[in-house]
Amino acid sequence: MSHDLITHTFLPFFDNDVLRRSNDAGVVIPKRSTPDHNLDVGKLAISTDSHVVWPLFFSGGDIGRLAVCGTVNDVAMMGADPLYLTAGFILEEGLEFEILERIIKSMQASAQEARIQIVAGDTKVVQNGKADGVYINTSGVGILPNDLIIDGAYAQPGDIVLISGTIGDHGIAVLEARGELGFRSGISSDIAPLNDMVQNILEAGADVHVLRDPTRGGLATSLTEIARQSHVCIEINETSIPVRPAVNAACEMLGFDPLYIANEGKLIAIVSEASAGQALEAMRNSRYGDDATVIGKVIDKPEDRVLMKTALGTTRVIEMLSGEMLPRIC
Amino acid sequence: MIKYLSEYRDVELVRVVIDEIKRTITQPWVMMEICGGQTHAIMRYGLDQLLPPEIELVHGPGCPVCVTSLELVDKALAIASQANVIFTSYGDMLRVPGSDQDLFSVRASGGDVRVVYSPLDAINIAQQNPDKEVIFFAIGFETTAPANAMSILQASSMNLMNFSVLVSHVRVPPAMHAILSSPLNRVQGFLAAGHVCTVMGYWEYVPISEQYQIPIVVTGFEPVDILQGILLTIQQLEQGLYEVDNAYTRLVTYNGNKPAQKVIQQTFTTCDRKWRGIGEIPSSGWCIRSEYASFDAEKRFNVEGIHPNESPLCIAGEILQGIKKPNQCSAYRISCTPENPLGATMVSSEGACAAYYRYSLEEI
Amino acid sequence: MCLGIPGKIVDVYTANDLTMGKIDFGGVVREACLVYIPDAKVGDYTLVHVGFALNLISEQEAQETLELLREISEIEEKLGPSQ
Repeated sequence: MSHDLITHTFLPFFDNDVLRRSNDAGVVIPKRSTPDHNLDVGKLAISTDSHVVWPLFFSGGDIGRLAVCGTVNDVAMMGADPLYLTAGFILEEGLEFEILERIIKSMQASAQEARIQIVAGDTKVVQNGKADGVYINTSGVGILPNDLIIDGAYAQPGDIVLISGTIGDHGIAVLEARGELGFRSGISSDIAPLNDMVQNILEAGADVHVLRDPTRGGLATSLTEIARQSHVCIEINETSIPVRPAVNAACEMLGFDPLYIANEGKLIAIVSEASAGQALEAMRNSRYGDDATVIGKVIDKPEDRVLMKTALGTTRVIEMLSGEMLPRIC
Repeated sequence: MIKYLSEYRDVELVRVVIDEIKRTITQPWVMMEICGGQTHAIMRYGLDQLLPPEIELVHGPGCPVCVTSLELVDKALAIASQANVIFTSYGDMLRVPGSDQDLFSVRASGGDVRVVYSPLDAINIAQQNPDKEVIFFAIGFETTAPANAMSILQASSMNLMNFSVLVSHVRVPPAMHAILSSPLNRVQGFLAAGHVCTVMGYWEYVPISEQYQIPIVVTGFEPVDILQGILLTIQQLEQGLYEVDNAYTRLVTYNGNKPAQKVIQQTFTTCDRKWRGIGEIPSSGWCIRSEYASFDAEKRFNVEGIHPNESPLCIAGEILQGIKKPNQCSAYRISCTPENPLGATMVSSEGACAAYYRYSLEEI
Repeated sequence: MCLGIPGKIVDVYTANDLTMGKIDFGGVVREACLVYIPDAKVGDYTLVHVGFALNLISEQEAQETLELLREISEIEEKLGPSQ
């Protein structure tokens, strides 16, 4: 059954030499065509992620696009050029074929956009009632030069903090699609592959110390993690943080804070002060980077903390998200 | 820009009011903001950093999530854990700890616990699930009472017999009496809750102001609104006045919203209520009138054997009355955090402990 | 107590015998019950809490408050900065 599914359903879309061999694993000799054909393979970045979003489809995206871009981005955040993905599917018995096909087509389109290949896959079918339709796991691998180190522990006092665009879009779009809270915002998820943006930043010669995509827990959580990993203080300006007016309005209505809402097509870049200008320009010249902007800087104390200068000039401590964000009445 | 919101966050106007406060004040004053939403705003915008040091803001028990009695939370948990039940609630109640679990853990164990934004959503769920018992956890101060009441009236007129309401309504005036009559009271001025007064008006506060000779100013929730409330209070204090004043005139009138008050009277009757951490305050609650007893979840679900067991470390009561600050609690930040709250003031994002934890600069 | 947000009424209709409205909160639209503001009409602004409109917002009072503050601002400028 699995074999048939792969041959008749997945292969027509994920068609490539490697998958067609139908082996248990995808064996690849990584190559990218460059002017210098003697390309040193360099380091490999490998990541895996499972996607269980509900509902499966929402404005601006779906679980398929999320599964591809999420892992592409995780690999890209190490400064690596993502090349190959695997895709494992857990399908709920009774899932309509049309839905699965829609998801797969979306994955194909996202894979094409990101210029990666899906080279290995697996499917399992579980009983009705388990799996919310479909769960997808993707693992990804990319290469990066031996001497490139981009790591959450590498933020240094003096560095500049940039964000590639507006925050809160994905979380609000998914919440709206669930329908439980009954609002209409017109916000679309921002799911997008950011590997090209990362390469542009690196090729511009920017001295990049940290890259992170602020997914679950939002910008606040990612910045707090970095501050703790690097033992620095990150200071951001409330007025610099780009938020769409409708996202702000939805947050006001529900009592949410955009800083804590998930993003799936944005990256935080922490770069040396000297190269901030180049990094920003590279981001703005990249697809999905129109609203890229500086949001703050790194200082040495208080360690492990994120502070935000509010629009009123006061200082607020930013903590990590604890638990689920709940709409409040108070 | 959200009209009627953004204007009251204007940096320039904030500066104007702050300057006027500084110009007016000549000595230290202690004032309390009753409403959790105001506490949240003060912390989120760092307003306490802008105010002159002579002003001490004490945070009051205006967090209905925080003051819902432990017994009622335990009852809610017992009902939610029953089979064939859909338990609906406002979001902030989900993480409130009962004696040994919370609604989140009931949900994780398979209970059907759903967050609703409006009580009418709970009515819809009851209509869509005629074979299940649907309970709505109706907490709140007077602000939420008109909405909660309407769900009972709707259920009644639709004959929605699978719907019932677990009520935990609390009223502000008795709480103010309790605070002001306490021998430990230090509060010299009150910022009354703007949205409570949108519903109830402010006629109820006049006798309180006179009895305790204390200024009470109806205050809103945006930075400019809160600062204006503080300014009007300081002006009275400096002049030795004690009156009820209104700093939230765009929404609040002396008489309040009459249709809403009528529905409240139709549906609820005053009763004694236990406030978590404080104890019983006479006539401080609203309960469902006998005419609508069939929709009262406390009567419909006979939950026996509730033995509330509060954490001995939690001093939420003293914090709610403004007697202590969160950082004076031995469990604060150590065994009591937003991820693992011992009491309700740490759970609700505008409970004083959670607000301090998340926003306060003093911590660093 | 009090998460209330101001919004503009963009539609009024009846559902389940209740007067309801579509409210626009700075770009986000949600339904709210209008039974407590019987005089409401499209174009009015109201404060909504848990899906119920609690009162109409008085544009006049709002303007007066802001005007008063702006006047104080001008007086302060003339007086010079406070300590």
